[in-house]
Amino acid sequence: MANLQPLTALGRREATTVTHGPLTVSERTDVALASVAARKGRMAALTKAAQKAGVPLPDPATHQSGAPYSAFWTAPEMWFVEAPFATHELIADLLKSALGDAASITEQTDAWVAFDLAAPDLAPLLERLCNVDYPARPTGHATRTMMEHLGVYLIKHGPDTARIYGPRSSAESLLHAIETAAHSVW
Amino acid sequence: MIIHHPILGPRDAQEFVYLGDASLIDRPDGMTAGVEVFHDYLYNRTNPAGEHQELWYHEQGDRSWLVVTRNTVTHEITKVELARDVARSRGRTK
Repeated sequence: MANLQPLTALGRREATTVTHGPLTVSERTDVALASVAARKGRMAALTKAAQKAGVPLPDPATHQSGAPYSAFWTAPEMWFVEAPFATHELIADLLKSALGDAASITEQTDAWVAFDLAAPDLAPLLERLCNVDYPARPTGHATRTMMEHLGVYLIKHGPDTARIYGPRSSAESLLHAIETAAHSVW
Repeated sequence: MIIHHPILGPRDAQEFVYLGDASLIDRPDGMTAGVEVFHDYLYNRTNPAGEHQELWYHEQGDRSWLVVTRNTVTHEITKVELARDVARSRGRTK
């Protein structure tokens, strides 16, 4: 049997970490991701099943942390669910058996690249990258926005920490955009 | 221009894509309504100088379709609704 080595979104064996001034950008390869969308007229059934399975379904534009499942809102009656990759690599199958036919579930892990941003103040960086008013948004805010030409999800975990999900095939471009903005700030 | 998204609040218009007249929601039944009615639906638009209902797509956001009531003379936006709710209020099931 072939012995295959998994590669990160940036094409390397190990997750990449980049630092510039006070900023640290860490690629996250330990997150499993799936989308959960309520089927037509089945929202009540999904809410019940999700509660039982411990899958949070937060309000619009918010992220809710939990163990093992965290989730953020992406569209009306649709969420992205995060879980630790080590224990939930088959997140789509796990959610399907937990939520039954109330929801349509799609595996998303390998469609995205996740970057965690950390700096004492992320506002000057993010105001150069996107049109989200980061300081004005509450912790736990999650939104889709544009960085350069890329549609990304931005999750505010605090004034000093944020996570970005961008399209995996453009991982290098997204990192380049973040680094370029960082160089103009610091 | 700022569009007040009914779920997400004020959003910059650059996040949206404009489709056009919201009468596109009222598609006649092509099998029974007749050619003239369907032709009107497909090609004819009123072009009012004033209040206009139009479809906008939140492309760089939650990808919802909105019906925006906008004054084409002043660009004032008086009402923003989810297209889904508008369609349902007109008796559509999808």
